[in-house]
Amino acid sequence: MFQVTLQHFLVLSAILFSLGVYGIVTRKNAVMVLMGIELILNAANINFVAFAKFGNFGFGGQMYALFVIVLAAAEAAIALAIVLNIYKTFTNVNIDEIDNLKE
Amino acid sequence: MANLYQSLELIRPEIVLSIALVVLVIFDLIFHLDKKIVPYIALAGIILTGIFVLFNPQSGFAFQQSNLMGKIGIFAVDTFGNYFKIIIVISSLLIILYSFSSDEINKIQDRIGEYYALIYGMILGMFFIISATDLILIYLSLELMSLSSYVLAGFTKLRDRNSEAALKYLIYGSVSSGLMLYGISLIYGLTGSTNLYIINMILQTPNANQFTLALANVLIFAGIGYKISSVPFHFWTPDVYEGAPITITTYLSVASKAAGFALLIRFIKTTFVGFSDSLGNWQLISSFDWKSLLIAISILTMTLGNFTALWQNNLKRLLAFSSIAHAGYLLLGIVVFSNGGLLAILIYFFVYLLMNYGAFLIVMLISNKTGSENIDDYDGLGYTSPLLAVSLVIFLVSLAGLPPTAGFIGKLYLFIALVDAKMIAVAIIALLNTVVSLYYYVRIVKHMYLNKPTEKTLTVKPNLFNTLLVLVLVIPVLVFGIYFQPLVDWAKNSLTILGLM
Repeated sequence: MFQVTLQHFLVLSAILFSLGVYGIVTRKNAVMVLMGIELILNAANINFVAFAKFGNFGFGGQMYALFVIVLAAAEAAIALAIVLNIYKTFTNVNIDEIDNLKE
Repeated sequence: MANLYQSLELIRPEIVLSIALVVLVIFDLIFHLDKKIVPYIALAGIILTGIFVLFNPQSGFAFQQSNLMGKIGIFAVDTFGNYFKIIIVISSLLIILYSFSSDEINKIQDRIGEYYALIYGMILGMFFIISATDLILIYLSLELMSLSSYVLAGFTKLRDRNSEAALKYLIYGSVSSGLMLYGISLIYGLTGSTNLYIINMILQTPNANQFTLALANVLIFAGIGYKISSVPFHFWTPDVYEGAPITITTYLSVASKAAGFALLIRFIKTTFVGFSDSLGNWQLISSFDWKSLLIAISILTMTLGNFTALWQNNLKRLLAFSSIAHAGYLLLGIVVFSNGGLLAILIYFFVYLLMNYGAFLIVMLISNKTGSENIDDYDGLGYTSPLLAVSLVIFLVSLAGLPPTAGFIGKLYLFIALVDAKMIAVAIIALLNTVVSLYYYVRIVKHMYLNKPTEKTLTVKPNLFNTLLVLVLVIPVLVFGIYFQPLVDWAKNSLTILGLM
């Protein structure tokens, strides 16, 4: 029978983390960049829960994951409000084109 | 239960802040037609918080958990934290006074209640960052502060650049805090705890995987380095400083940087220092070479900040690069890993508060008149508006670190700490950087005094309130340059970081 171990979770979270960083670096649409950030946060969540379960650290890890989920929701709300504001001002959300502040 | 009452007694300043925040929001809702009273409530709340910080002689751990190491908590109240909290209180007080006379803020009077509520959110976050000794509390309070400041950076919505600043701040900020959270999760996996003291104890036994630990440390430094705007996490700084309303720029450059430095110092001191010897030198646990990392980062930070500032024509942008350079100097106080270095940082930060606030105040008063911060607006200003020009010269001389201003005292203690630690080469690089910085500070002075006034030259006459505000900042900068003993004594009494020695 196939046994799921800590390594599997860590590899999964490392892949999610890398995908998140890749998305942030390559995507031009601000909403896609925000999705990359969510992937990084969820990679950390998987780590927290997996470590708590397999390391017998008590319920701390699960609790931290809950904190992070709530915080990610708050961050997404603020981020989308700011992106909406950007769309009203510039009529697009392409972060490469929004660079009036460069000299 | 007794434990809880003790904890609540220790966090009285934070409780006062939270109550003031709620009162602010309620008053904003009740008196939504006439909002003249809201700024005064904000002012009163800050003053009350300041009184509670000043007269909070206790020190100890709030929210203790008993475990195998005895009583340790997730929130440490000590003199080091109180010093930084006073700096936050003074800068918040000044920022509310600035908001009274800032044109940008006066144009958004209908939303002024939210503006102050968000500032209070930032203050509360910073107070918790300064005292937190648990990685999860650190992350939560960092986010509380960041989320408020993202909104504030684009709050006025008067020009395109406001929204752009908010977007850039948001993206860079969330990426670095995401990286930091991933680092925290790795540390949690390595040690089984998020409490800094327990992590310290586990790291003293050489069992931890060195590579994972190094990776986690670098990731956590990404989150803190973004707050103090050190290389390579500084990209947001010039754009956000230029785009945000000037009161918020000032606040980000001092208060949020102070919180970041307090966090970095407490994090390194409690997590990675095994013991400090009788001379006050901190002995690092040999698991991760913080010293080389921080030396490299601080040299890169100050060099990049100073050299990029050379060709800036927007005063806000120039001061942004100057604040990056100052973050580099301040990091030097950490790399010596001694109480002398900590003393230098404390003194430097108070001086930096006065001179940076002063420079931004003059820029704000002139930008109220012109609507921009271009360096050409300053041509011949020395002949038409003597008070502002002379004060700006004093602040710039102080930022450059020349006597007889307070900036010299700050730099002097920093260099003494470096020489004491026998890091002469680093001290020489910092000295050369100071020389470079002189060029762009003096360039502003040249525009004000060597360019003769024409009919286009502005005449800025500050009213009584603004004149007093300028004097309140100029006089200490001059006085602390000559009579600095009280400041040094106060800093010397604030060196205690709660540890388990």
